[in-house]
Amino acid sequence: MPANQVAQEAVGDYKAGWHDPENSSIRFDFGLSEQVVREISAIKEEPQWMTDIRVKAFHHFMERPMPTWGSTELLNSIKFDEICYFLRSGEGTENDWDDVPEAIRNTFDKLGIPEAEQKWLSGVTAQYESEAVYHSIREDLEKQGVIFLDMDSGLREHEDIVKKYFCSIIPYQDNKFSALNTAVWSGGSFIYVPKGVHVEMPVQAYFRINAKNMGQFERTLIIADEGSSIHYVEGCTAPTYSTDSLHSAVVELIAMPGAYIRYTTIQNWSNNVYNLVTKRGIAHENSTIEWVDGNIGSKLTMKYPAVILKGEGSHAEVISVAYAGEGMHQDAGAKVHHLASNTTSKILSKSITKNGGRGSYRGLVSVSKKAENCKVNVVCDALILDEQSRSDTYPTMEIKNPSCRCEHEASVSKVSDDQLFYLMSRGHSEDEALAMIVNGFFEPFVRELPMEYAVELNQLMALEMEGSIG
Amino acid sequence: MEHGESDIEALLEIRNLHAGIGDTQILKGIDLSIAPGEIHAIMGRNGSGKTTAANIIMGHPDFEVEEGEVLLSGENLLELEPWERAREGVFLSFQYPQAVPGLQVGNFLRKSVASIRGKEAAKGADFRGELNEAMDTLDIPRSFLSRYVNDGFSGGEKKRFEILQLLLLKPKLAILDETDSGLDIDGIKTVAAGINAAVRGTDSAALIITHYSRILEHVQPDKIHVLIGGQIVATGGPELAMQLEERGYEWLDPKAEAEGIA
Repeated sequence: MPANQVAQEAVGDYKAGWHDPENSSIRFDFGLSEQVVREISAIKEEPQWMTDIRVKAFHHFMERPMPTWGSTELLNSIKFDEICYFLRSGEGTENDWDDVPEAIRNTFDKLGIPEAEQKWLSGVTAQYESEAVYHSIREDLEKQGVIFLDMDSGLREHEDIVKKYFCSIIPYQDNKFSALNTAVWSGGSFIYVPKGVHVEMPVQAYFRINAKNMGQFERTLIIADEGSSIHYVEGCTAPTYSTDSLHSAVVELIAMPGAYIRYTTIQNWSNNVYNLVTKRGIAHENSTIEWVDGNIGSKLTMKYPAVILKGEGSHAEVISVAYAGEGMHQDAGAKVHHLASNTTSKILSKSITKNGGRGSYRGLVSVSKKAENCKVNVVCDALILDEQSRSDTYPTMEIKNPSCRCEHEASVSKVSDDQLFYLMSRGHSEDEALAMIVNGFFEPFVRELPMEYAVELNQLMALEMEGSIG
Repeated sequence: MEHGESDIEALLEIRNLHAGIGDTQILKGIDLSIAPGEIHAIMGRNGSGKTTAANIIMGHPDFEVEEGEVLLSGENLLELEPWERAREGVFLSFQYPQAVPGLQVGNFLRKSVASIRGKEAAKGADFRGELNEAMDTLDIPRSFLSRYVNDGFSGGEKKRFEILQLLLLKPKLAILDETDSGLDIDGIKTVAAGINAAVRGTDSAALIITHYSRILEHVQPDKIHVLIGGQIVATGGPELAMQLEERGYEWLDPKAEAEGIA
């Protein structure tokens, strides 16, 4: 079968798989070098310290070996020389959709972003390839001192804050892909919520890759000051191509005492995108960090949202779902480090595999010696829809304080004929019945989502289940 | 009380049904005819083929029909998928209802009503009213709606939930497979009230599958059929249930008779 035919067929199932004609104002040649890193920094007219850290990170990336776990076969097939590391599409970041170039605006219209913004969001950033093309925040929040910018603007306008926190939670030496991101980062969100301010409605970032063989390396930094709260939502899609793209983000969260950060992701990359993301937050006294992480797309995802419970009484939640269909591997999970007493964590991971897809839960929970009376709860459930698919669990617990109360449950289940028959006898076709079971399985995750996302995710899964049986 | 074969069109007509699972033949030539508004009961011991009969009428994919016909208002049911049969008006109350974790009862009921009775029937205040009324009849609290389908339900809750679906889906033909088993006397009365509400005074019909006569005291079937070894060996009125209660099944078992036990 010719490659373009494969791509065409995949677009049939994957609703966001179209692409626009490419119309770039700056496009780098394929491949990565120190020169490329320096040019990205120069184009953005960055301060010297940022250029320096980029260059150091680049050398670390080059020297650092590829991870030897996860999917080594897929990791080693990434062709770093065939990726474009910077592509500017717009003329800049607009705050009126009418000023966004028409083709790009149409794409975000199709994805329903401007509509969602009007209905239920506090602010929106839309990133297309390497940079934000649209950005807005509600006026009342701006008046209260909430900063919500794309990361490039954040660095320009609030260099002191960025300098203080950039790489403070995830140093570039953390792993090969955090080094890559630090070297070539572009776009992403910068958020600061002042003391005591509650951002009631979520803010959303939407990441779209359009070009072939594109690398998207957004960098996000969220600081919630004492007693404040924010819910950040991100979505991502890309066209279906027969060649691969790379998405490698770094997200750092800082929850100051008493603050609350929820970070929700619905990742629906097309199945030619490598999604290798490092996400970590630090939780100070009595603060809460929640990662709500949905992985529905991509070719390979390796992502383990982490929380460092540094302050006494802090709380972490990582609720995730993963769906792996044909040709997909979701290697996802969570990490929580209990460094202080009376800290609590809850991890819920659910995966569905189908058509030879592979799902892995990889988790690490550690409780340090000094941390008294911590509570840990880990639940992993897998639903396997056919004999060709595979699900694995790699849970690690390092509990060094005996006062810790630790619970761990894992289950693997299949859809039974009797379950399907029961639902079919109530007037539901086989596909509908399967979608009901699958959506039910994901329900503990879905009920955590804003309603609009919940509806979309249910529809997405129903679509994935069409023609699954028989 | 004999119905002339021609003057009332049967709602359910089963003719010479032979069926089984794999190589095992379970039903060996069943004939059964139920007119609109009637309640029939099939009684028999475990393993006599009662549940097989229910599953075949509903269309369980594991069972194979070798011979015979199953007609609903003259239409051949055997060619339809289970969900198409449901939409034509067949309902099965399961002996062992399946749990679907994460699927909320309220949501499931609305979707099922929409699928079987049409989207309009599942909308707005009318549906809400109907739902409340049915739940009151069955003594089901409102909090039930936010639970997950059959997930962690007690035996009695499962049976009540089946009857709740019966009341809301308004089928032409309701098959109730051992809906009384495992229920206490109050539970049986409640379930019987549900069945009566669904059938009496309507053109619908019910087929009650049971091996106890208790529930039949509260629903008063028009006819009782005794199933032994995959065949109907006796048909009679409510008095037959009393006889079975007193004498058991042996006296009707052709095999036992042949062996001289009866």
